[in-house]
Amino acid sequence: MDVVIISEAGNESLHPVTAQLVGASSSIGGKISVICPGGIGSSEAAMIAGVSKVISVEGDCFASYDCMAWCNAILPFIDGDLVMTSSSAIGREISAAIAAKKDFPVVQDITSLNDGISVSRSIFSGKAIEEVGVSLPCALSVRANTFQPAEGGGNAEITTINVSQEVSVAVKEALAKAGERLDVAEANIVISGGRGMGDPSNFSHLYDVAEEIGAAVGASRAAVDTWEEIPHSMQVGQTGKTVTPSLYIAVGISGAIQHLAGMRSSKYILAINKDPEAPIFGVADYGIVATWEESIPALKEHLSAVMSD
Amino acid sequence: MGVAVLLKQVPDTTAKISVSGSRVDESAITKWSISPYDEYALESAIALKESGADELVAITCGPQRASKCLTEAAAVGADRLIHIVTDADFMDSCTVQSILSSAIERSECDIVLCGKQAADTNSGSTGPGVASLLGYSCVGSVTEVSMDGGKLSATRLGATGLERIEVSGPCLLTFDKGEVELRRPNVRGIMMAKKKPIESIGVEDLGIEIGSPRASLQSHSSPPDKPPGQKFEGAGSIEVVVGKLRDEANVI
Repeated sequence: MDVVIISEAGNESLHPVTAQLVGASSSIGGKISVICPGGIGSSEAAMIAGVSKVISVEGDCFASYDCMAWCNAILPFIDGDLVMTSSSAIGREISAAIAAKKDFPVVQDITSLNDGISVSRSIFSGKAIEEVGVSLPCALSVRANTFQPAEGGGNAEITTINVSQEVSVAVKEALAKAGERLDVAEANIVISGGRGMGDPSNFSHLYDVAEEIGAAVGASRAAVDTWEEIPHSMQVGQTGKTVTPSLYIAVGISGAIQHLAGMRSSKYILAINKDPEAPIFGVADYGIVATWEESIPALKEHLSAVMSD
Repeated sequence: MGVAVLLKQVPDTTAKISVSGSRVDESAITKWSISPYDEYALESAIALKESGADELVAITCGPQRASKCLTEAAAVGADRLIHIVTDADFMDSCTVQSILSSAIERSECDIVLCGKQAADTNSGSTGPGVASLLGYSCVGSVTEVSMDGGKLSATRLGATGLERIEVSGPCLLTFDKGEVELRRPNVRGIMMAKKKPIESIGVEDLGIEIGSPRASLQSHSSPPDKPPGQKFEGAGSIEVVVGKLRDEANVI
């Protein structure tokens, strides 16, 4: 069985999830090639152990994102019976479109992969898990941070191919730049604030803590809907982002079911809320009944002490 | 120019999901709703109709109960309602996409809107997959759309931030939550919608070949139980909790 991984780019270089895709697929065997759309990260991909070939597909069509143009451009170079991407927004679209074009079934956002092929994934926003059997050939997208990354030290051959592909989606204007800050969907630690923060300017205290521990800052829907200073890109929950960090810190968030839907699969949850009856305590591993005003300075101080140990 | 909107009926967000005998117990789900992202697609579809699209066609695929989403769509402005009726409890992506593509071809719409993913399966395959089968362009994570002559102008959440894009020709847009307010139906809309006929079509009547399934559901299970949490009083406990985060949870 041959595996074709379509790499994920982040910040003009290879996203770390690509090594996790190699790690995930090496458990079921087969030759692994990596396709780098737009050529981004191809030299880094070649250094991942276990990769036998890197195809750097380059051309004007990769200047901005057009799902169909990208898929049509890389389609001729997909030669394998298992196509894998990350389950980012773009990764899911590419997986689904490639699968449809090749008449493969696709299963998205898998969290385990076994020979056979059998995969498992979270459904109903984390309220249940489904196990699905898929026949080859197929496409799979993989949830970030659920598989061990393959190690470095590889030395795969890189083939560069120039393509020309018609584009039908044209970017006319950048309206708001994504924050330079870490995205909640990618971070290993997330600290989120709710309406209990009282005022959007108080989120600066959360950023202070986040900086201390390399966390991303998120928000509840109530906070996003109430304050226009808090953008939707920070929203965790049903109509926001689903996050699965190692540690999720909820501050002044009551824990509406829509919020829990987006964060309950986090490995550890720390909730800080002044209301001892807040539903967030029902899912928290560690709950502290206190106001944010008292807790956040102490949290920053003690985290800082631990981090400098 | 017609606009089609794909709607999926899913358990309401507040519904309790319980697993019995390795399957989610559907009979325990008391409330079904239009999948939240599909509601944003519906809202934008209505806006396109108001700015000059000829017809708004709402399409769903699912068991009999799913026709309720179509009636709800009619109450806010859908002109034509197509229900592909199936009792299948699990369909692979190839099956779902060929059914929906065939229904869209029947509707003769060249603009298709749907949610970026459904709230039950949390997948996001349908939009890009259907676009591929139809040979349409695809724009994901759209928050707003408007028609400008023959072109669609849309705001999407791209990898580098919010951007305005233009797309020409037949296309499929998948929707994310944006600033757009969802409208509620008025009484007249609800009354009219009750009388609106629904074209109910069996999968076998679509004239498409459905091969044997290539992905199949093996089991459902409940997420592993977490041990009960530890609760502390007051900010004075922070030092203890931070210690536990390091020594017990090993997350910092």
